[in-house]
Amino acid sequence: MNNEIILRLVNISKAFDGTKALDNINLYIRRNEFVTLLGPSGCGKTTTLRIIGGFEEADEGDLLFEGQRINDLPAYKRKVNTVFQRYALFPHMNVFENIAFGLKIKKMDKRVIEEKVNNMLRLVNLEGFSKRSVDSLSGGQQQRVAIARALVNEPEVLLLDEPLGALDLKLRKEMQLELKKIQKSLGITFIYVTHDQEEALTMSDTIVVMNNGRIQQIGTPQDIYNEPKNAFVADFIGESNIIDGTMNEDYKVTFLGRQFDCVDKGFMPNEPVDVVVRPEDIKVRPQSEGMLVGKVISVTFKGVHYEMKIEGLNGAGYVLTVHSTLMAEEGSVVGLSIDPFDIHIMKKGLKA
Amino acid sequence: MKQYRWLAYPYAVWMIIFIVVPLMLVLFFSVTAKAPDGSIVLTLENFKKFWEPMYINVLIRSVLLAVYSTVICLVLGYPLALILAGRDFKRKNILVMLAVIPMWMNFLLRTYSWMTLLEKNGTINAFFGTLERLAATYLNMELTLPRVNILYTETAVILGMVYNFLPFMILPIYSVVSKLDRSLIEAAQDLGGNNLVVFKRVIFPLSLPGVLSGITMVFMPAVTTFVISRLLGGAQFMLIGNLIERQFLFSNDWGFGSALSIIMLLLILLSMGFMSRYEKENSGGGLW
Repeated sequence: MNNEIILRLVNISKAFDGTKALDNINLYIRRNEFVTLLGPSGCGKTTTLRIIGGFEEADEGDLLFEGQRINDLPAYKRKVNTVFQRYALFPHMNVFENIAFGLKIKKMDKRVIEEKVNNMLRLVNLEGFSKRSVDSLSGGQQQRVAIARALVNEPEVLLLDEPLGALDLKLRKEMQLELKKIQKSLGITFIYVTHDQEEALTMSDTIVVMNNGRIQQIGTPQDIYNEPKNAFVADFIGESNIIDGTMNEDYKVTFLGRQFDCVDKGFMPNEPVDVVVRPEDIKVRPQSEGMLVGKVISVTFKGVHYEMKIEGLNGAGYVLTVHSTLMAEEGSVVGLSIDPFDIHIMKKGLKA
Repeated sequence: MKQYRWLAYPYAVWMIIFIVVPLMLVLFFSVTAKAPDGSIVLTLENFKKFWEPMYINVLIRSVLLAVYSTVICLVLGYPLALILAGRDFKRKNILVMLAVIPMWMNFLLRTYSWMTLLEKNGTINAFFGTLERLAATYLNMELTLPRVNILYTETAVILGMVYNFLPFMILPIYSVVSKLDRSLIEAAQDLGGNNLVVFKRVIFPLSLPGVLSGITMVFMPAVTTFVISRLLGGAQFMLIGNLIERQFLFSNDWGFGSALSIIMLLLILLSMGFMSRYEKENSGGGLW
């Protein structure tokens, strides 16, 4: 990944029937970057993608491609290709014709087209499928055709709108890795839209978390996961305990009726804050060794770990979600401890 | 589902009584004749009788007029169907209504009203006359407007067919195109297709099932009509439908009338078979 910026969104806003879908979006995307727009449905991620693709027009703001404003450039002139949510394969064409569609429009030589399409078929593991009708393919195969159809045009940027949403879990995981591999080997910028946080964490160089038409946080998967900027991000990316707390002074926070050391500073004395603790960062100990004491309400086996709901006994009665590979008996009273760097403090009122 | 099978029996009985039996009767009449001694004999006389220039010409004329009106309906209806299926929702409903409302009125009434319009002293010519007189009186100017004089001609018959059958062309095309997945159009644009390319390579091929249904639904009634040709073509205007009507109502030659009906039936079956061969390549969406 280099640092050249290929695409820039400046103050982009968009409303549908008076409802703001995008509110002042600012974003830049570097060449060869794998960027994921992540958020719940209706957050504006697909609208952002459609504006980049040329299927929606921004009401305000500029869309810059390699420094040039392309707001008014029609979709067919943009050096961008899209993999659509439900694939949008042409039902009246076979696999080969679908993939060759863009090349034929460019009036390329027949032999060149054939070679390129065959290369693509090899890339997406669909050799020997060229004469098949698209209706006869499985969901995963259709998905591959859709990707090949977009990639064969060698776009500068590939837009993917929840491309794996219709596939089953196992296939989805396979395709995630495959897409990432393709992106790396071809060196194309990917802009990927999904509501699946795990998918975003697995594939992306950069994640853009969106909610209610606004960008909540931009960062690497590690940043987003470990240092969520606000309660929405913390809640959306993985499970979190979000607890009301008070920042007593720098590096000291009180929640659940006890003061903890933490690594945050710069708050007003006794400022109310949201405290975020990941379930896997809470350690279950014997009662005497814990910083907190809690009663185990329920235990659920999740495969890799146990998920336990533990009610804090010395505080406001907040129920914590705890992930641990060790199981505590339901109804037993246990001690809990949290390391200072696992306590994330966020300003109140950022909950979007 | 098996236990509900009996629900289909009334339909089956209905169809046997009112479709299968009459068809059999028509077939029977067409291949039989009464011998002088009163007995009924098998014969192909009725079909042989058709093989005369006069009758062949009537058939050719019927097919030609039906083809003309089908082509005109397609040329007029296709763009309209595309516009109707477009994204502009507010005006769309009004347009669809305008296309459909004539179908709510009686077919005969609609055709009669064209007679009134097209007559030598009919509404259109009277209107032109009024305009000329007004121009002469108030503007002091010699205005000569053309007179419509097409009633009882082929043109009037084609006009009547197009007017009456146009909705049957528009609706199937409209229904296919409006169900077209918008993302297919976007995909084509995305892959570099301008509007013309998108139309030629995606919208048009995918609308073909609707076009084929439309053609069938216009061509079939057009080729067999006898009302439009009689009202707008005049009493002497002969299409195959009029010829058949004549055999049953005036000449009392049921055998020949039935033979003509069978010939017509075969012709329609043939054209439908021809259509369905194209249909197969573009599966789904159509009416058949």
